[in-house]
Amino acid sequence: MSGSMEFLLWTKGPLFNIALAIFAIGLMARLVEIFMLGRAPNYAEPRAHEWPAGLRTMLTRTVADPGTFQRAPFNVVVGWVWHLGFLTALLFFVPHVELIQGVLGFAWPALPNPVVDFATAITLLALIATLVHRLTHPVKRHISTIEDYLVWAVVFMVVLTGYLAYHRLVEPYPLALGMHILCAEILLIILPFTKLTHIFTTFIARWYNGAAFGRKGVQS
Amino acid sequence: MSELTLERGLAAFRAEIDAPTAAFFSSCVHCGLCAQSCPFYLETGDPKYTPILKLEPLRRVWENEFTLWGRIKGLLGLQKKVTDAMLAEWEELLYDSCSMCGRCSMVCPVGNDLAYMIRKTREGMVQSGHAPEGLVSASVRAITTGSPMGLQWKTLAVQIQHVESSSGLTVPVDQEGAEYLVLLSSMEVINFPEYLEAITRIFDHAGVTWTLSTQCFEATNAGIQIGNKDIAAQLVERVVAAAETLRVPKVISPECGHAYTAIRWEGPNLIGRPYSFRVFHIVEVLDELRAAGRIRTEGKEGDRLSMHDPCNLARKSGVIQQQRNLMALVAENFVDLKEHGKYQWCCGAGGGVSSNERAEALKMTAFKRKKAQIEEVAPERMVTMCATCRTQLEEGLETFNMEIPVVGLTEMIAEHLVERD
Repeated sequence: MSGSMEFLLWTKGPLFNIALAIFAIGLMARLVEIFMLGRAPNYAEPRAHEWPAGLRTMLTRTVADPGTFQRAPFNVVVGWVWHLGFLTALLFFVPHVELIQGVLGFAWPALPNPVVDFATAITLLALIATLVHRLTHPVKRHISTIEDYLVWAVVFMVVLTGYLAYHRLVEPYPLALGMHILCAEILLIILPFTKLTHIFTTFIARWYNGAAFGRKGVQS
Repeated sequence: MSELTLERGLAAFRAEIDAPTAAFFSSCVHCGLCAQSCPFYLETGDPKYTPILKLEPLRRVWENEFTLWGRIKGLLGLQKKVTDAMLAEWEELLYDSCSMCGRCSMVCPVGNDLAYMIRKTREGMVQSGHAPEGLVSASVRAITTGSPMGLQWKTLAVQIQHVESSSGLTVPVDQEGAEYLVLLSSMEVINFPEYLEAITRIFDHAGVTWTLSTQCFEATNAGIQIGNKDIAAQLVERVVAAAETLRVPKVISPECGHAYTAIRWEGPNLIGRPYSFRVFHIVEVLDELRAAGRIRTEGKEGDRLSMHDPCNLARKSGVIQQQRNLMALVAENFVDLKEHGKYQWCCGAGGGVSSNERAEALKMTAFKRKKAQIEEVAPERMVTMCATCRTQLEEGLETFNMEIPVVGLTEMIAEHLVERD
């Protein structure tokens, strides 16, 4: 028991600070790497302004166009389900809200535990579905790399360990909670160096896309 | 051109990587949805045609040289390098199986503009000596003769004579101070001579002053299709010089998709300065004349017509409503294809695919997507406004034994002009 408590305290203390530092510095470096490259000036007469079009695409690309949805409904729906489930658990579980309050100094109301529990279970199922899809769909299997499977495993472990700890399915509890925090820290550490950066860069990418099409008079 | 090497290719890739490119590669999650927007993947079912995979050479250079993690991997000897053999393999993926239609750019959930990066990657392919023979020779002909098909002014002059004798009108040549400089595409001059007669009639009817230029009549830009900025800039400079010599305020790009994006959007950036004139696609000009009441038509086409939006015109340039306004003027039984406008499907021939003989079979396979769309609404004729699309539609429909004639929109408008007294 004392060993598992020490493990929990280590994950909550020094390791948390290290993970947060690597995440923050790594992400900052990635963003600097991107923006330092800049863009060549554009001398072509625009049809419309870049900013409104870019900002719209940042939001609208969240929803697939009807044709794509019809051609790949599984991909679209399962992607949506697990992202929403993950965000629900991450941002609205009582202890997570308290952690956010502690780190940022502000937070928002949490959701009732049964709601978060349900979202977590759905997320686990949807994540398994994405893995099966990745292993079986010809395109996904062909383009997948070791990184795709590594990132999947880390994300899955974060959710799974959280679910196990909440339901007291692993004893002793400090070990279960420590494992969950450790997994979350691994996720933070690899985030800036893997495709997980899309959590942030997708909005930059969407802006550039929307801006480029927008100045030509097309809302992408 | 001096010797093309892997080193020059890599240098070109490096020079092309900018903030959008880095943001795009940082964001890809390998969801594979881009494949669902690509006619080359959908009609072959071969996952090697997944759009994001076509960009792997550029992505590797980005990861290896433009990211912290890539450099750490380099120190550990874990980098995947771009090799000459790799580029040789990717030549088919970047040229034969991509028409740069930009549909993947509209669909990618993280917002990657893949067509923008294909255009960039081709720069490195040219510099490393991995561009298709058909495109190389078209580029050389464009630079040496002024036309990618080697067409000379004297051929056009003969056609002008035909137009003048059949219409009884004058085709203005080298008229300084005209409102519009009209450019043509060689493909049009050779395959669709009716276009020149159509604009001659329409502009006479609307009282528009216009001119051709003996200095430069070609609007297409082989440099953009192959992916070479130097060639592309030289070809744009010719248009600019002709427009400046004749002091025209406006230049018209013909019924050709890539010519329009080349001169309208890439041109000023290729030469590094804004133009002293404005650029329009012929369809934009016709719609403006329509809105101003300067085109008066009589009678309407009664058969069931549908329309193919050229990618370069619709999705990549925002000209979508204009052609529909014009159709409404002359057609009473028009039906749109289900996915049209910015979500239209490529005919399969753009982006240099049609100049690349090796890609012939693949081009016809990709056309099946368009064919299925056409079958869905079962028109009696198709209308379009790009000579490359039109040729591909004609060939494709014939290949699949579908008796659906294809007409150019400009000609159709010309046929309905109210005769003057």
